[in-house]
Amino acid sequence: MFLLEVRDLTKHFGGIRAIEEVRFRVREGHIMSIIGPNGAGKTTLFNCLTGLTRPTKGGVFFNDTDITVFKPNNIVKLGIARTFQNIRLFKEMSVIENVMVSQHCRTKTSLLSSILGNKAFMSGEKAIRERAMEYLELVNLEDFPETLACNLPYGRQKRLEIARCIATEPRLMLLDEPTAGMNPQETSEMMELIKKLQALGKTIILIEHDMKVVMGISDNIAVLDHGVKIAEGTPDEIKKNQMVIDAYLGKEH
Amino acid sequence: MKKKFNLNPLIIAVWLALLFLPFKGVKAALILFTVISTSIYLLNFLLVYTKPLLAKLKEACAVLMNNLQTKKKQTESALLISRYALLVFILFVPFFAKDYFIDVLILAGIYIILAQGLNVVVGFAGLLNLGFVAFYAIGAYSYALLNTKMGLGFWSSLPLSVVIVVFSGFLLAVPALRLKGDYLAIVTLGFGEIVRLLANNWDTVTKGPNGIGGIEPPYFLGTSLGRLSYFYYFILVFVAITVFVVRRVYKSGIGRAWVAIREDEIASSSIGINTTAYKLYAFAFGAFWAGTAGALFAAKMQFVSPESFTFMESVLILSMVILGGLGSIPGVILGAIILVILPEMLRGIQLYRMLALGSGLVLLMIFRPQGLLGGKGVSFRG
Repeated sequence: MFLLEVRDLTKHFGGIRAIEEVRFRVREGHIMSIIGPNGAGKTTLFNCLTGLTRPTKGGVFFNDTDITVFKPNNIVKLGIARTFQNIRLFKEMSVIENVMVSQHCRTKTSLLSSILGNKAFMSGEKAIRERAMEYLELVNLEDFPETLACNLPYGRQKRLEIARCIATEPRLMLLDEPTAGMNPQETSEMMELIKKLQALGKTIILIEHDMKVVMGISDNIAVLDHGVKIAEGTPDEIKKNQMVIDAYLGKEH
Repeated sequence: MKKKFNLNPLIIAVWLALLFLPFKGVKAALILFTVISTSIYLLNFLLVYTKPLLAKLKEACAVLMNNLQTKKKQTESALLISRYALLVFILFVPFFAKDYFIDVLILAGIYIILAQGLNVVVGFAGLLNLGFVAFYAIGAYSYALLNTKMGLGFWSSLPLSVVIVVFSGFLLAVPALRLKGDYLAIVTLGFGEIVRLLANNWDTVTKGPNGIGGIEPPYFLGTSLGRLSYFYYFILVFVAITVFVVRRVYKSGIGRAWVAIREDEIASSSIGINTTAYKLYAFAFGAFWAGTAGALFAAKMQFVSPESFTFMESVLILSMVILGGLGSIPGVILGAIILVILPEMLRGIQLYRMLALGSGLVLLMIFRPQGLLGGKGVSFRG
């Protein structure tokens, strides 16, 4: 079954064609990678999928619902969550608060009960905290719940962002360069984590430059160049594709 | 090796002298210049020689701090005792203090409520509001009009005034929340001025600059709260309710959502927070407290006029929040108390008190940008 379907998605910024009629489908439970040189339109594509930018043309269908014009918060509620290329944590909040606030769309918050601090509210808060700890354990951050997010080292910040993403209980996770700037050790840990997420039943779309990661964990790869999808297929097919090699290494003249 | 000559003290001295030039003439400016420049150079000179001494002092402090850590339990109990002492002091102030002091404290109480309201908007949700006094004014005028024109008592007009204020909060927020940062600040500033000008010029209703007098003080169980000591306890109850409610909401999911929006709006919409709705809540919730404070102010003064709701008032409230520490509830209480009581204490140096207050704020912002009690290093980022 296809969880996400992108139909002829086009986004123009004035005269610049960031994405041009891109179409692909993602099977539930698969890991799909989107690769391409810098400026190929990968992040713009993610922004269109999560409602941060509205596409010029085309449509996005999630679980057969047309979400093209949905607001970001409603898209999250349906089950798509993302991370950002340049980390966007809530810097002055503690690690656990970052994860707690991410459960916002799955929990009820009422002004009155939070003022009264009644039993239902207290047990709700406790459950949120406990669940937050579980998500932190999943990404191996359970040792620093009270540290401010801005004081974490880079690799841990990346993992916290993933924990925050999982906390929204998504079916589809969009990870924007999760291993960028990591050393080989951290990269292999991140690969493990992504596989673990897949085992939990999440569908994942990945933007990634590290070919070892892409070839190692993807079920499917789509290649963008100058906003156009030039190839799609399994890792083996992509490795042999002449257009992909040209896009990355330049054509022979 | 020749040391480079330090020009900074000279620049500071010239700047201050120029500031004073229009007020005190050339002679005074020159004197100021010489005094300041020599004293700063002297200070620098002293600092160089006292550096080793200071280092030793620092070490001693560190040792002392370590000792304190081991004696943590004792300090905790000491803290508890001082807290109870403070509570007793607050509760029994009217029995020993002069009327003047009680009056100042009542004013401080009203400002605490106001500043907590603004703290929700600026400190929690990160929306710079430069026209917060508008809600204060609307609250005060609502009670004044409901009381003098329609003869409603305090307890029946308080909820009505608050409803009016929250509604006007929504009214401002709906168009304003499309804007961000500086632009939002300008729009709220305009709103504040509009409300003041409305009060100043709508003679038939607000009696213009003459203001509305003869407002009744509130009654409680048949006794008038017009007496200062009664009104003190009355305000105290409201302050306690404000602090309690704001704290509870801050600690709940709603407060977390506000802080998330302050930290990163795009990220918070990407984890499913309806940012528009929550910014609206913040505006309305802040306006709620401003309205309450306004009604209390009208009841206290028994008189309202546009003069009490100028732009400077907005600035004062914002200074309380920033001085105490954005987003810190105890900090904002402290900020409000300091900025109400300090100008009163500085009355002795009448002419220069605003200068002293202003330079104090500047120094604080340089050395402690997160405010007095701003715990988590939150500083203002526009």
